[in-house]
Amino acid sequence: MIRYLLRRLLQTIPVLIGTTLLVYYMVFALPGDPIAALFRDKQPPQSVIDDLRNQYHLDEPFWIQYGAFLVNLLTLNLGNDFTQQPVASTLARIFPVTAMLAVEALIIQAVFGVTFGLIAGLRRGRVFDSTVLVVSLIVIAIPTFVLGFVFQLVFGVRLGWAKPTVGANADWAALVLPATVLGLASFAYVLRLTRASVIENKKADYVLTASAKGLSGPRLVLTHILRNSMIPVVTYLGANLGSLMGGAVVIEGIFNVPGVGNKLYQAVLRGEGPTVVIIVSVLVLVFVVANLLVDLLYAWLDPRIRYDK
Amino acid sequence: MTSDHDAQHFVAPREEIPLLPADPLNVEATHRSLWADAWWKLRRRPLFIISSLMILMIIVVVLFPGLFTQTPPNENCHLANSAGPPVPGHPLGFTFQGCDVYSRIIHGTQASVAVGLLSVSGVLVIGVTFGAVSGYYGGWIDAVLARLSDIFFALPLVLGALVVAQLPPVRENKSVWTVALVISLLGWPQMARITRGAVLEVSNAEFVTAAKSLGVSKFGTLARHVLPNCMAPVVVLAPLELGTFIVTEATLSFLGIGLPQSVMSWGQDIAAAQHLVRTDPMILIYPAVALSITVLSFIMLGDALRDAFHPNSRRRSRKR
Amino acid sequence: MKSLDASLNDEGSEVEGPLLEIRDLKVTFQTPHGDFDAVRDAHLSIMSGETVAMVGESGSGKSTTALAVIGLLPDNGRVSGGQILLNGEDIAHASERRMIELRGKTIGMVPQDPMSNLNPVWKIGYQVSEALRANGKPARHSDVARVLEEAGLPDPGRCARQYPHQLSGGMRQRVLIAIGLSYPPRLLIADEPTSALDVTVQRQVLDHLEVMTSELGTGTLLITHDLGLAAERASRVVVMYGGRVVESGPSLELLLNPRHPYTQRLVASAPSLSSRRIQTRTRSAFTGEACPRRSRPRRSSGADELLKVENLTKKFKLRSATGRSTPFTAVDNVSFSVGRGTTTAIVGVSGSGKSTIARMVLNLLTPTSGRIVFDGVDTSTLSNRQIFDFRRRMQPIFQNPYGSLDPMYNIYRTIEEPLRTHRIGDRSSREKKVRELLDQVSLPQSSMKRYPNELSGGQRQRVAIARALALDPDVIICDEAVSALDALVQAQVLTLLGQLQSILGLTYVFIAHDLAVVRQIADDVCVMEKGKVVEAGPTDSVFEAPRHDCTTALLNAIPGTGLLPPQVGRSVLTNGVDIAKCSHRPRACRSWK
Repeated sequence: MIRYLLRRLLQTIPVLIGTTLLVYYMVFALPGDPIAALFRDKQPPQSVIDDLRNQYHLDEPFWIQYGAFLVNLLTLNLGNDFTQQPVASTLARIFPVTAMLAVEALIIQAVFGVTFGLIAGLRRGRVFDSTVLVVSLIVIAIPTFVLGFVFQLVFGVRLGWAKPTVGANADWAALVLPATVLGLASFAYVLRLTRASVIENKKADYVLTASAKGLSGPRLVLTHILRNSMIPVVTYLGANLGSLMGGAVVIEGIFNVPGVGNKLYQAVLRGEGPTVVIIVSVLVLVFVVANLLVDLLYAWLDPRIRYDK
Repeated sequence: MTSDHDAQHFVAPREEIPLLPADPLNVEATHRSLWADAWWKLRRRPLFIISSLMILMIIVVVLFPGLFTQTPPNENCHLANSAGPPVPGHPLGFTFQGCDVYSRIIHGTQASVAVGLLSVSGVLVIGVTFGAVSGYYGGWIDAVLARLSDIFFALPLVLGALVVAQLPPVRENKSVWTVALVISLLGWPQMARITRGAVLEVSNAEFVTAAKSLGVSKFGTLARHVLPNCMAPVVVLAPLELGTFIVTEATLSFLGIGLPQSVMSWGQDIAAAQHLVRTDPMILIYPAVALSITVLSFIMLGDALRDAFHPNSRRRSRKR
Repeated sequence: MKSLDASLNDEGSEVEGPLLEIRDLKVTFQTPHGDFDAVRDAHLSIMSGETVAMVGESGSGKSTTALAVIGLLPDNGRVSGGQILLNGEDIAHASERRMIELRGKTIGMVPQDPMSNLNPVWKIGYQVSEALRANGKPARHSDVARVLEEAGLPDPGRCARQYPHQLSGGMRQRVLIAIGLSYPPRLLIADEPTSALDVTVQRQVLDHLEVMTSELGTGTLLITHDLGLAAERASRVVVMYGGRVVESGPSLELLLNPRHPYTQRLVASAPSLSSRRIQTRTRSAFTGEACPRRSRPRRSSGADELLKVENLTKKFKLRSATGRSTPFTAVDNVSFSVGRGTTTAIVGVSGSGKSTIARMVLNLLTPTSGRIVFDGVDTSTLSNRQIFDFRRRMQPIFQNPYGSLDPMYNIYRTIEEPLRTHRIGDRSSREKKVRELLDQVSLPQSSMKRYPNELSGGQRQRVAIARALALDPDVIICDEAVSALDALVQAQVLTLLGQLQSILGLTYVFIAHDLAVVRQIADDVCVMEKGKVVEAGPTDSVFEAPRHDCTTALLNAIPGTGLLPPQVGRSVLTNGVDIAKCSHRPRACRSWK
């Protein structure tokens, strides 16, 4: 297990370097003056330009620029945004909100997706199964931002079940509506994946053997069918964190959640290039680390990975 | 009585059970290749028929928008009609700018489908090539490409696109092509992984070794034996990715970093209608419905293909 | 109807009767193409403590019968007629609740494939203890250890803490036997319990199963495709064919006096029971006896040695999941030679290195050291162009009939491919050649347009043979070419190979794990263990006087050995050799094959 952990940690390093390099290269190393490019047609104050030149070592060779960028990133020395606020402290304030939103969305999609998928898989071909399949297809087909508006309108404005926008006081309860929207698309995927692997595992030889041993009912389903079906689902949940982040950009904008996604959205709208790059780099960092955690969970679920052959 | 009957030497009457020649050739079986077989199965699936009809319809809309509406989407927009209700000749009402909603939806189809198709083509070229080379040749090529795919995989599609869309060359030349290019460049790892997995599996098959023993060259074996047998997962993934990419384009356009204002697109129309959502939600809902139906038809196609190619998915549990 | 009446009349006298009695069983499957009876009018009975074997080819309905008994038919299958009487109680239509009660405690099962029948995510100990708990037995650590120990697992405490993938196939099968017998059940269904195991392990596992069931007084229904194994292990044998029982009776009686034509055919083709070489044309000349039909004398000069392998060694670097690499010698200093027009068999358990030799001889794998001399030329010195020409003269046939043909190629394209690759002939002459080849392997020319998925395993192997023959090669390397086939089909293919050899003067290198098959086709045998040749010589002398323990173990592993009176060329073999000496390859090299 330790060996596996070390190996995964080592594998993460090139990914981290490569990803940040990629982001950095795209922004700073392509032809043209990066400062001018970053600010589009806006004219930033000269102090901001000087800060940036300084911060990104733009007069130095590319590798030094990148090295400095990486060091800054890892030490969370993220510079200032247009309003001269340090990005790091802004992030420290808004990051927990987004984390809360993501965790809530993750819980919603995992709990409901797995439960519904399990029931559908066990009752394959019945009414419940068919209904759930059709609904999940439709949910997948509706883009997250459309769902956001619809939910905001229906549950927030018309029915008044929840506040249509979150505003400054983001807590677990206030985030339920955006988290549901955010989790909904992945919920459909989790459901379909669980259903498919439950159907497959139901036919597995070891399930037949377990029945022959005299096992039956919930015990058989939980220990032999569901447990084994979780392996692909967990893998999916990890890989899906990325689209959760992408969705957060849109959802936080729509529901006015004071989180990282919203900040990113505002930065994009205002054309604040450096802030966009910084925030995306931080999010990639989070994504890579989260995937590392998911891999460990995966190894815990599947002993074939954990132990050397 | 029965125990007697079993202790004794029982022989079934010969005439009752005709003895077939050992290993008979089933003469009644139809001659069908795997693809023909999948096609035969597909043609009977309601999911496939419905999704194909829908896609056919979408293609007709893309190619001949004039068949569906005579109203030009951008001209004759009168602010007097702003967010107006449906009137004869304008079945879905008017946008905030006073343009015809229905006409804009019809004409917006082109951009979405074009971006989707171009992106998928790009992803197929990059992903299948990388995946095949990586899985078949192995060694350091595989190691390098695997890391490369890890790196691109770690950059979530929308986030990566946000960064790339900031770049001056992209920003100043926003078009269907640049959006498709951005999506292809960031979206290929999934396709590459699927192809690589399939190639790895097929490369170990004995018919590949047999082909090598016949003297077929390494590349010839890849092209003629390995790749054709890896196409099923690729064909299944392609329409699913197409749906995803159409959503991505809409999301980017919604965020204002996708298609330019000059190109009509559903994402932009939805974005333009968002401040009206509490008063006139239908202006937002109509293009959203068009978008969802398009995506739905491609996802349904992918689903139908998966069932047709997965030997046991449709058939009820096999006889043991 | 008649049988139903009979059973009703018998009701009173059933208490003293058999443990299991199946009467006129009919099992129907619903398929998209309509209903289909997988089993019809099946009948058998098993007394307590008795072992009854059910024999048949795949698809004969034997496994379906077993699943019907334990009430685990697939969702689309149902018992549509007849009775399954367990101690007189008809369980053919018993409620699910009743079946759950019966499973485990009363009816146990040992499944076929040890690789897939243990849940990979749970420790062995847990899987044993849940079986005990489900049947109301104490399931403490000590109970689990005891159950595992009784099944002959060394170090049961450690084993209980391991996951299935950490055990070898033989160990896993023992775990499954331990689970199946832990309650212990009155009736045990053993469905091909050893067919996924190495031959030498098969015997150990079956011996153990026999000891345990006789101690416990369990009635056993043993399902197998191997008539020799059935006759050796069971007091009575039931032969199934096409979903019906064609013959049943005491084992030896059935072997010596088969009455139904199908049974006769089965007895005639069972490799473990026959002892003669299929083609006598090139019978071994090692013994010095003159063979009148042989075309030319063998071993008279070095020139007749078509293929010569000298000090061949192959070392692999095995990379474990953690990236550590350990050296592993798959083939260790192997030398042998193959005379033109003869068959040399290379025999060993899986992992003994025999397939690696095949790949090196075929020039698909580079040896670490040593030479392969083909027709006087060291193959390592060949240029690319010469290798291309060399491939025309040496062709392989592989084991897996489902993997050796490209599913995208129809039969015509498959057989034509070698001709096209080597630019032989034009379109029409190639088609003519393909037709000839199909004739040679006894496939109808009408099968040209078919795809591999429409053919049976045996037919696919014929196509593979035709493809190998297309270039008129001198040598064919048969890598376990018949191992995956049913007995009857196996005999057919072996006969075909023998015929082709006598007509075309082919030289075979025949790689196998089954000495019974080797006996039928080989002139010379090399027995391999852990990459080394431990015994080599003419087939007859190796069979009659094996000198190495490993050879003896392999010979003893042939089920049914000694059941029939000794025939020409077969000796009664001694038992009691420690089979464990014929060890398996280390687990680490699994990734290679």
